[in-house]
Amino acid sequence: MSFSTILGAWIAAFLTLGIFSYLYKDNPFYKIAEHVFVGVSAAYWAATFYWTQIYPNLFGRLFAVDSPFASMYVIDKGHEYNGLYFFPLLLGIMMLLSVFKQINWMARWGIAYTVGIAAGLKAFGYLSSNVISQIKSTAVELFSGELSFFAMSGDSIFNNIVIFIGTISALMYFYFSREQSGAYGRFTRLGVYFLMISFGASFGFAVMGRISLLIGRFNDLILFSNPSYNYGTFWMLGLIIVVLGYWSFQNPERTEG
Amino acid sequence: MDNKRVLIYAGGILGIVILTLILSQFHIFNSSRSFMFIVLLTIIMVLFNEIQNARKDSDSIFLRTIPGLKAVEEAVGRSTEMGRPILYVPGIMDMNEVETVAGVIILGHVAQMTAQYETGLDVPVARSIVMQAARESCKEAYLSQGRPEMFNEDMVHYITDDQFAYAAGVNGIMQRDKPAACLYMGKFYAESLLFAETGNGIGAIQIAGTASQAQIPFFVTACDYTLMGEEYFAASAYLSRKPELIGGVKTQDTVKLMLIGLIIVCLVMRALFDLDIVSFNLLDMIG
Repeated sequence: MSFSTILGAWIAAFLTLGIFSYLYKDNPFYKIAEHVFVGVSAAYWAATFYWTQIYPNLFGRLFAVDSPFASMYVIDKGHEYNGLYFFPLLLGIMMLLSVFKQINWMARWGIAYTVGIAAGLKAFGYLSSNVISQIKSTAVELFSGELSFFAMSGDSIFNNIVIFIGTISALMYFYFSREQSGAYGRFTRLGVYFLMISFGASFGFAVMGRISLLIGRFNDLILFSNPSYNYGTFWMLGLIIVVLGYWSFQNPERTEG
Repeated sequence: MDNKRVLIYAGGILGIVILTLILSQFHIFNSSRSFMFIVLLTIIMVLFNEIQNARKDSDSIFLRTIPGLKAVEEAVGRSTEMGRPILYVPGIMDMNEVETVAGVIILGHVAQMTAQYETGLDVPVARSIVMQAARESCKEAYLSQGRPEMFNEDMVHYITDDQFAYAAGVNGIMQRDKPAACLYMGKFYAESLLFAETGNGIGAIQIAGTASQAQIPFFVTACDYTLMGEEYFAASAYLSRKPELIGGVKTQDTVKLMLIGLIIVCLVMRALFDLDIVSFNLLDMIG
């Protein structure tokens, strides 16, 4: 195994254990891992944005093979020249001008453009994907004669009635123009129960996903503790425990009050 | 809804349907999306009418109390008493998400309160355009309260675009600055529980607002108050009492009633179709 692979594994083990050390308390190892993570990711994202978005999609169209500027500079990313792309370039430059106080108002144009375009696009998208599909899913089959009255899963008359009442009561909970009291209040309370049951199911599902992420990290730590990686995990764990122990001894926790 | 409104909207919808039928005769009109066209025009019609009504007399419009919104002022007050800053997290997405836009609007109201109470405000962001918009929002809020000298551009600062690196950075800020109140208002993904757990650990009062369905359970579990879905979008109207925004909330309510009515009509029509009483299913016409 190459030196660079082993070094990478040791760094990965150190950073993983450094983040885990937060379980003890905020400490220098966690701070190192946190700052490295934030700094590297900020730089990584800046570079990724430029090379995967701005360079091929913007400059690739402005300096395409058939562009009027082809005699000066060519970026061949398989796009045709499109002069409209000067507009996003201009908006981008205006955003950057926000560093100059006297003309930082120019950045508002970019924000206004982003928000305006998003509002128009999302209005149609939400209507189509959320509202219309919700109506279709709620207007369920009740009297076809083909459904059984009850089933543990899948379509049944009982389940369809639950879907209908759950949707209507949850919608009514978000009706703001009326005080939630009396019979109406009890109906909206039913909507809250439906919401909480769905949140509970969603919570359990997400926790299962997090557990699989944790297992992934442990798998890596176990792998890096092999002799082929020179017992990287054990060395890093030992280092962190010793240094943390010394650091705690030097900085005894102060109690307030 | 009063009778006058019902008549206005019924007439308006009838007009929109007739307009759609006329337009559908032309080749430039995509008839397969007629229903969407009708729904969009109906919402626009309701919005204009409700805003107009709110402009005439917004004080008489009743909006029920949302506990989480009252808690925002309480949180600012608590931070002031403790002499600690408020941490405001406007989500991890860009300004093209409606939740982020709502988060930046609410930030303006929170900034007005922090300007009044002379409380510190810290807004770490994950997107450059959000940083710019949040700065503008805070600056305007401090100017409107006559405290421009208290505004500092660095109160809104960029951390990183990366989701978990941003979460690590914000958690670090929480641990070291120990804010008295943490407000999470925007679009969140898996980092939501990391924020809420850390905020809980430092003993901060926590108020969350999001429409991200998968993240609401985490906020409900770990935060003191959670504005769910439309409560969150209605928050800016509640806080500002601006007629345009109150008109927007009333529009939401009216459209909700219309949708419930439409669901019931579709359900009945489907039942009639299943029983062979009518020969068409309304759901097929919806698209």
